Parts: sequence; C-alpha cells; structure tokens
Amino acid sequence: MNMAIRVYLLLFIVLSYSYTAFSLYEDQVGLMDWHQQYIGKVKHAVFHTHKAARKRVVVSTEENVISSLDLRHGDIFWRHVLAPTDVIDQIDIALGKYVITLSSGGSILRAWNLPDGQMVWESTLLGPNASKPLLLVPANFKVDRENVMFIYGNGFIHAISSIDGEFIWKKELASEGINIQQLIYTDGSDTISAVGFVGTHRFGAYILDVKSGELLKYKSMEFTDGFSGDLSLVTDDTAVAIDSIGTSLVTIQFHDGLISFHQTLLSHLIQDFRRAAVISPSNIPGAFILETDNSVTLIKVISRGELKVVEELGHATAVSDALFLPGGQQAFALVQHRDGKILLTVKLDSDDGTSNLLEETIHLDNQRGKVQKVFINTYVRVDRSNGFRVLIVMEDDSLFLLQQGEIVWSREDGLASIVDVKPVVLPVEKDGVSVAKVENNLFEWLKGHLLKLKGTLMIATTPDDVAAIQKMRLLSSGKSKMTRDRNGFRKLLIVLTRAGKLFALHTGDGRIVWSRLLRTLRKSETCQSPRGISLHQWQDPHHHALDQNPSVLIVGRCGDSLDSAGLLSIVDAYTGEERNHMEPVHSIVHIIPLSFTDSLEQRLHLLLDANRRAHLYPRTAEALDIFQRESGNIYWYSAETEEGTLRGHSVHKNCVLEEADNFCFDSRDLWSIVFPSESEKIAATATRSLNEVVHTQAKVTEDQEVMYKYVSKNLLFLATVAPKDVGPIGSVTPDESYLIAYLIDTVTGRILHRVTHHGSVGPVHAVFSENWVVYHYFNLRAHRYEMSVIEIYDQARAENKDVLKLVLGTHNLTSPITAFSRPEVSTKSQSYFFAHSLKTMAVTLTAKGITSKQVLLGTIGDQVLALDKRFLDPRRTVNPTQAEKEEGIIPLTDSLSIIPQSYVTHTLKVEGLRGIVTVPAKLESTTLVFVYGTDLFFTRLAPSRTYDSLTEDFSYALLLITIGALVIAIFITWVWSEKKELQEKWR
Amino acid sequence: MATTTIAQILSCFFLLNIVLQLATTSFAFQSDELLVDDDEFGLEGGRLPDPPPETRPATSTRRRSAESGSDLDSKIQFQLEHAFGDSDFSPAGTFTARLKKWPNGGQTLTKLRFSRNALSQTDKENFKRLIEGDDFYQIRLPSNLLNQLGREHVISSVKARCLSQRDALDEHFVINMDGVNVLGVNYGPPGSCQYPRVSRPPTKWSFNSHTLLKYSNEVLRTPVFTEAVLGENGEGEELKPPERSFWAKYWMYLIPLGLIVMNAMTQAMNLPEEQGTGQPGSQGPQAISGRGQAPAVRRRN
Repeated sequence: MNMAIRVYLLLFIVLSYSYTAFSLYEDQVGLMDWHQQYIGKVKHAVFHTHKAARKRVVVSTEENVISSLDLRHGDIFWRHVLAPTDVIDQIDIALGKYVITLSSGGSILRAWNLPDGQMVWESTLLGPNASKPLLLVPANFKVDRENVMFIYGNGFIHAISSIDGEFIWKKELASEGINIQQLIYTDGSDTISAVGFVGTHRFGAYILDVKSGELLKYKSMEFTDGFSGDLSLVTDDTAVAIDSIGTSLVTIQFHDGLISFHQTLLSHLIQDFRRAAVISPSNIPGAFILETDNSVTLIKVISRGELKVVEELGHATAVSDALFLPGGQQAFALVQHRDGKILLTVKLDSDDGTSNLLEETIHLDNQRGKVQKVFINTYVRVDRSNGFRVLIVMEDDSLFLLQQGEIVWSREDGLASIVDVKPVVLPVEKDGVSVAKVENNLFEWLKGHLLKLKGTLMIATTPDDVAAIQKMRLLSSGKSKMTRDRNGFRKLLIVLTRAGKLFALHTGDGRIVWSRLLRTLRKSETCQSPRGISLHQWQDPHHHALDQNPSVLIVGRCGDSLDSAGLLSIVDAYTGEERNHMEPVHSIVHIIPLSFTDSLEQRLHLLLDANRRAHLYPRTAEALDIFQRESGNIYWYSAETEEGTLRGHSVHKNCVLEEADNFCFDSRDLWSIVFPSESEKIAATATRSLNEVVHTQAKVTEDQEVMYKYVSKNLLFLATVAPKDVGPIGSVTPDESYLIAYLIDTVTGRILHRVTHHGSVGPVHAVFSENWVVYHYFNLRAHRYEMSVIEIYDQARAENKDVLKLVLGTHNLTSPITAFSRPEVSTKSQSYFFAHSLKTMAVTLTAKGITSKQVLLGTIGDQVLALDKRFLDPRRTVNPTQAEKEEGIIPLTDSLSIIPQSYVTHTLKVEGLRGIVTVPAKLESTTLVFVYGTDLFFTRLAPSRTYDSLTEDFSYALLLITIGALVIAIFITWVWSEKKELQEKWR
Repeated sequence: MATTTIAQILSCFFLLNIVLQLATTSFAFQSDELLVDDDEFGLEGGRLPDPPPETRPATSTRRRSAESGSDLDSKIQFQLEHAFGDSDFSPAGTFTARLKKWPNGGQTLTKLRFSRNALSQTDKENFKRLIEGDDFYQIRLPSNLLNQLGREHVISSVKARCLSQRDALDEHFVINMDGVNVLGVNYGPPGSCQYPRVSRPPTKWSFNSHTLLKYSNEVLRTPVFTEAVLGENGEGEELKPPERSFWAKYWMYLIPLGLIVMNAMTQAMNLPEEQGTGQPGSQGPQAISGRGQAPAVRRRN
C-alpha cells in the first residue's frame, strides 16, 4: 500500500509541476511575442570598410538613431536612440575607430566606439546664438600629435581633440552677424577658412590659424543682387549660390583673401528654364548638381568661375557625394528610375569630362516610391579593379544595399515611424484549405514526441534540444496561418507610417503580409506635403465575412496646418488594394466613427472640418437616410487648448454652400466650458475606448451592498494645470502649482466632478475605462510621481434594489437613459506614489469585459509595465476587514510597488516607445498588446491568467500517459492487495 | 467619512431651511439673516429642498433683504441670458450674490439668489415651438463675474421638453466656480428627464428655479505613515480576534473522527446482535448467512 501512495505522490508532483508554469520560461520567449528592431529613415551614412574584419556602415536617422549596420546582412551591430530633442546634425568617423556625432543644433559632440557602440566621450559646445552646425574631420591633421576636428556651432568654431574631446581652441565667429555655411580645410595647409553670408547681400570669409585659432584675415564683399538658399562648396576656394531672385548662379571665388563674383544666367545654362532652381547638397569636387522642376543637371566650374553644363541627368534622380578612388580620381553614383526599374550609374569624374564606370539595372518592387538618397562606397574586386556598392534610401523609408546589380539586403525602416494602428480580423478558414499536416514518417514523429516529453519534463538541457523544441512548438501552434483561429489570437495589424506607406503585419510572427505606398499620400501637383493622420475601420463584414474583405479608411492631410485639404483613401485589408480614394477634399480636423453601418456593413463616419462643418461618409443615399434618422442623438465636443475652452456641438442643418451638398451639415454649439486663461491650462484629456465592453454595471461590496457604476460613453476626463507649468522644469514652485482633474459629460457639458491636486504638475497621462480614470503626474511637494484613480458611481440607481420591482419589470434598469436627466453621481478617489516617469498609458481590453483590467504603462525606460487595477483601487484601506480582504482589497500602501515580473516586455526594450495598442482576442481571458516606437513589440496578455483555456503548449500526450500510468498503478496495487489478502487468508 | 458628516450637516441645514421658510412665509418681508452661517460651507446659496413649496416670488423678496444685509463683502450681480433654438440671446433673469474675500486673497461667492424675468408672450410662443420641435433651450452666463465685458460666455443647453414635464417649468442650475470665474454651468431639469420625451407645453408659465454653487474640492490623501504606527498596534489586536470556536477550528478532524466512532459503534453493536440473532428472521436469509460467515472465519484464526 505504501508503494501505491508513493506512486500517486510522484505522479501528483509531476502533474502539478506541469500546470504551474504561469510565468514565462526561457524557452517560451518568442512563442507568443515578437520584437522587431528598426532604425528609421537614414539621413547620413558613413562606410567603414577598409582593414576592418567586420565591414559596416554607420548611419544616423530621422528617428534620432545612430546605428552601426552589418554591411553583409544589414543587421544591427549596435544602436543608440537619442532623445527626440537631441536631433543628430552630422556624423563622421574619426581616427578610424570613433563615430563622431554632432547633435542638438551643434551643441553636443559625442564619440562612440566603432566596434561596440560604447560612448567614449562627450563635449558640450555652448554659445549664444544658434547657427548651422558644421562638422569637419580632417583625415590626418595633428596639433601636438593629437588628431583634431573642427566644429562650428552656436556661433563658435571649436578645435577639438579626437582622442578625448578636449578643447584645443575656440573662436567666436558670429560677432559680425555672419551665417557660416562651410568650413574649409585643405590637407597640409596652416589655415582653416570659414565662409558664409552676412545678411543676404554680403559674402564673408574668415581665415584662421589652424594651430592656435588666431584670426588671420577677415574679408567680405557685397553682392548687389543678393543670395538665396545655401552656399555650396565646389572646390577649396570656389563656391556657388543662387541669387535672390533665382534667375542666375553666382560663382564665388575666394583665394587668399581675395573675393570675386561671377554671375551666370540660368537660362543660358539650361534650355527651357522656367523657375525654382535648387543646388542639391551633394558634394562633388569641381562640380555641382542643379535641380530645377523639370531637369537635373551636372554643372562644372571651369577656370575663373565660368560654368559649363557637363551632363543632363534626366528626371527623378538622386546623386551621391563624391568618392575618392585610390588613383586620385573621383566617382559618384547616380540613381534614375526607368520603366519601374532602378538604373544605377557610377560616374568617373576626371578633368576631361565624365565617363560611366558602371551601369546596373535593379528591379525593385513597385511599392517603394522614388529614391531619396544614395551613399556610395568602393571596394577592391578580385581582379583588383574598383567595385562599388551603394546604399539607397527609398521614398517609403526603406534601406537597400546594392552591389553587382543585385539587392544584397533591405530593411523596412519605415516601420520605425508608425502613425496609427488598426487591427483587422483574418479571413475565415474555407473548406478544402486544410492545413493539418501528417507527420512524414514514424521515426520523425517519435523523435518529435520524445523531444516534447523532454521539454515538458524539463530534462532538455542541451541548447540544440531547446531550439528544436521551440521550433517545433512554433510550427505546431500554427500561429502564422493566414486564417482566423478559434481564440482570436491571429489578426492583421494594419499600420500607417509617416512615409505614407501601409503595412499589414501578422500578429503571429510579425511578418509583413502586404505593404503599399499609398498613391493618395504621395507628393503630387495638388498636394505638396501630404501626411497620414489616422486609420479607421471602414468596413468590417460579419454577415458577408466569406465573400467580402474588410477595409480601412486612411485619412491624411496636405500640409501641417489643420485647415489644409484632407485626403481620403479606402484600402482592402487583405490585399492592400486601394478600393477608392478621394482627391483633396475639405479640411479634416477630426474623425468620428459613428455606431451605424449601412447594408454593406460600411461604417458611417462624420468628418469635421476647420469651419465646424460635419461631412458624412460614405456618400450614399442610404447612409444619409440612416444618419438623418439618428442625427438628433449625435453630439461631439472640441477642446481648444490655446483658448482654454471646451465646446459641445450637435448637427444642425445642411450647409449653405455654393454647390449644394447633401452630405455636409452645419454644427451648432450646445454648451461651453471656459477655463480661466490666467489660472488653468488644458494639459490632457482622455475618453473611453469606443469598442470597450463593460460586463457588469454593478459592483457588490463586501457588506452585500450594490454600487452601480456610472458607465457612460460620453464621459471625458480633462486635466488642467497652472499656466506657468507649461514652461520648462522648475518654472513653477510647489505653492503655485496645481492640477485640476475634471469629469465632464460631453453631451450636456455638465461638470460631474472637479478636484484639485495642490503642488502637482504635468505632464499628465491618463487612461479612462469603464467607470474609472487613472492619471499620472508629478507631485512637486513629495518630489515623486503620483498616480491617482477616480471611480464614479451612479447614485440615482443606488436605491434600485427592490427585488419585487425587478421581478415585475418596473425597475428602471432597462429603460432608456437620457443624458439630460440630472445625474447623481458619487466619486471615490485615491492617490499613490509611483516610481516611474511615463511616456504613454493604455488599458487592457477583453472581448466581454469580464476579465479584470491591467493598466499598461509605457515607462521612460522604453518598457511596458502591467499594473493590476486592483492596486489602483480607491477603496483600499490601511486595515481592510476580513470581508474586504475576501473581496480582494489590498491593504493601502503609500506607493505602488513594482513587481519585476510584471514587465510585459520582459528584458526587451521598445526603443523610442510612442504608443500601446490593446486589442481584445476572442478568448475572454486574453488581450493582444502591440507596442510601437522605433521598435515594435507584440505579445499576448492574460490579466487574470488564462482561466478559460489550457495553455497552448499543454501536453495532451502527458495527460494520456498519466491516465495510463494511473490505470496501470491501480491494476498493480489491486494485484498486490489480492495477493496479500490471499496470503493473509492462508496464514 | 468626511462626506457623510457634511451630508449630515447639510441635511440638518435643509431641515432648518424648510422650517424657517415655513415660518417666514407668513411674514413675507422678514429678513432671513439666520442663514448667515451657510457661508461656512462655502458651497451654496439658496438651494431649496427638492419639492419647492413656493414659486419664485419668495426669492425676489429674499434678494431685497440680502441687499440690505452685510456691507463687509461686496455684492455682485450677473445676468442669465437665454435663447430659443437658433435665436439670439436675450436677458432672462438676474443672479445676485455676495462676494466673500478670504484672507489668502481668494474670492468666493456666497448667498446666491436668482430671480427670473417673467416670460413675454413671444418667449412663450418660442418655448412652445421648441417643445413641439424637440429643440434646445439655451442659457448662458458670463465666464468672469468681475470683468464681464469681452469675456466668453459659458453656454448650456437642454431639450425644452425636459424642462416641461409638469405643470410649470422646472430648472436646475449648478454653477461650477473657480474664484470669480464661472467654469461651466450644468443646466437641466432638477430630476430625471424621461425618454422618449413627450411634447407637453406647460400650463403655468413660470419657472421653478433651483440653484447651486459648486467649488472644487481638494484631494485628501489618506495619510498612510501616521496610521502605519496604529496599524502595528492594530495588528497586535488583530491576532486576538480570530478567536474561533473549537468546532470551527477542528471540524475537519472532528467529522472523520465522529464517523469512525460511529462506524466502530455500529460494528460493535452488530457483533452482539449477530451473535444473539443469528437465526433466520423476517429479513433475507442470504444476507444474514453472509454476515454470519465472516465472523465464523475470523474465529477460526
């Protein structure tokens, strides 16, 4: 009998081990989450290829990333994301081992170790007035055996040692009001020149002693026609600029302190010159590139400032800087588009004209747009001739390395600048598309199951086994299939990037299903600087899910101001095809998705323009009919942060326009709230998510009392701070700082709750869900961050506990509620100290709203922390009673403790974190979380554990084995006991 | 806890208010100076209990008496304007209040009184039209009471049908204040508004007005440190209370024990019974023979 107990115990232990795996094990990483690293659109690139074992390219990007990329595969060796305010101006490589970056408008100079990206030194270059930042790293120039580089920033020229960032000398140059455009140093000379414009009509040149910084000469000369735009350096003593009216080119020669101008009419150089010529910033010694609206021309400066057109380069072209070849020649790369292909030309530039060194055609998919930037690099081929590789940046921000007419690697770096995200369900699995695979042969099958068993019993120790198990799990889970799954984990994430490209990412593994550069969001004649604003679910077929695809609405704007013309486009979510697009329409300030759909299941949208008109989409008679029926119950609000007012609006009547438009409606103001400009400034607003589901409207407290949640979709949380607080840190003292939190009904403009936090300042982050709002701010008095929670309860229904009424149906629980009734609400609130500074906040959403909520906090360290709402309960008390404890109330603490395991991103960082999107899965316990910034991260969360399903890696085999073992054990013990009984009988 | 005490005080005050009002209705021009202590709450002026015993004439008398009242704090007057649907705003009534200056430089309003102008014939017509068309009745107040010119107004609207649910018109103002600034006004019926709204023009063209001034309340942080010390003491106390009964503590042991005892007892009782009544009786003979055999075997050992 003892034996049997032992067997049972053993089995029990084994079983209990296999069930308690709630947290993540090392081999489970990547099973339901993925992380992608990006760098953003490349601004500058410096190659580092000679005598280096690992060939690399150092890039700086518009996302403020400095990164070293593997030239063979495009992988990231190392990467640093600088603060958004610390914009990188220039990069270069010094001493062959340091990457030098100049950032913050020429104020901060840093050196990073090239192999591993460690920061070596940092220097701050301060000065009185902002100026164009310039960085010049001479190849081999030394002062006292120290390598020196020159930096111009904030009106000062600095000579700085490359080794340690020490100042060698500095000299102010801005005293004359000069706007320095270029620094010139010729190898081996004793002087360094700084040239620029004084005002718009004068050219000035400083000549300084390179060793001491002593000013040797300053010359300036007036040019009567004036200059416009930047100065472009052609050789060490020649520069070109365009005159102020834009009709002629000015060649400026400054040799040894003598300045001379030479003017050439553009119409002489270019055949059909009309207007708007720009000198492209490419740096090709002896020549420059002139771009007009219909041509790109390479122009050479010959003796005495004469100009000569060398070559017409055709349309839509990008040109690289010049590259010096070992033989003293120079080459530059040129990229043109021809018949949907890319034509790469490397030109050799010599004294007697140019010749083509290389001509290659590369086929790129047509969703990349035009080439924006080219960077060239050379290498020595097997036959000792010069080979070239180029790095190109495309219109969709992607990065390509081309070599020998092929794409060596590509990076989708547009994904580093996501503007908006919208989840879309995948198609329903159709009959006949069975994905169930039969294992190849018995041996494989056995091996697989042995590995699985090993994994479950945690005896797989070798890394190979672990990797094999992981791979097998990935395969068996089928999570990257392109069909809907029962639990709703597989979805498509449609993301819009700043470049105007739309991507569909699969939630299973993060791969790009399709991508499309939207025609609507590309630069055109009618729209000069288009940009995407937001994505909206346009059509979400439920009844026609088998034969119709869902679609998304993309809203954009021409230009940055709110009153610029709007752009609309509707894209099929499964194929990426543009179904419909509208050319520049009325301005778009706000988009309201209405809760009505037409017979095609297209959602009605109300687009508000800058003139306070509302435009209805889709523009069909049916939609208009639905809208007019419901228009009496449509209200919206607008917050004007500048004026400090909040207004409520409703639809009034059709617009009075020159041409009648049935789909345009005038709005009228229904209410307004005026925040006194001298004492309050709007800092943050938060509303409930439109698709949030609230499961229960009542909350039962420990003493069997019912509290009704005030669940209204029209609640707005708004926080105002003292107007002084908007300034930099320290501009407000604790005594004069305060933060006021409001809860406002947006239909009637009632202020339901108003509460003041003295001594608190912004920035305020808030999240609104169900009947509670959680907000985060800084408490100046306590010198700590603080988080507060407000819960709002409906008192009007508090008496509504009459069971008889409920039975008879005379209670008012199901009667329609109008916002015009006077609400009787009560609030409960509590504040807690919190350790982290935040970037963004979100809340988990589940399908039915039963699962308890977690607040997701995007911390300043670019991680995501999941905090149970329980911790932010306003009913926490210091000594909860037994009944309260049973209800799950935690004893009150002063601050919210952070449990290290509650980091959703575990050890990973989502660099440059900007937003968190939560999507409910079909499985009630689970919510999908997508975090975006420069990096992307996706995972699945179960705030109350997966109470409604077995985990995906649940081993059914083990369960069967266990049952089998139990049956055997029962049999054995039965035999034993029989035997024993028999023996006892015979005794 | 604090809110309940305030509520208690308030309810006491309302009671007092009712009593006083009932008392003063007979002497129409008697001053109600006893109400001075409502300043203490800084909360409201002439908020009346929900079923108002009288219509507005009472407030107008009260206003006059207030004017003759204290002279330390300045008096302030501002207008309520209304609009019918799309019409322009026109004066509709006057609010009067006392401006109380606090030592810390803050200013608050107390003793708010409101008198509504009588509705003109056109107003009535307009109002009827609103009720028929289920349109909005709009009101507005200046956003700054001291410097009313050039400032914005705070607007509020309500469906006219919501005001006209009984014979007369009922309205309820909650004016949200910050010093002398009006942040917003919550305007609507004093109770609920039924939905769907029914068109029912009032029979009596007068407003029952209820007004309430509301200032912001401060966040009170539950001090955890101070009570943490108490908490330690409390913990010591807390160890004692779970003095549960013996039965509550050990029931899980007692029940099996009881069962075992009972089992043993029945067995012990069975044994002598079997010995005594081993003969066939009215029960099944097989069962008895079966039972009889087992002890027989045992005895053989």
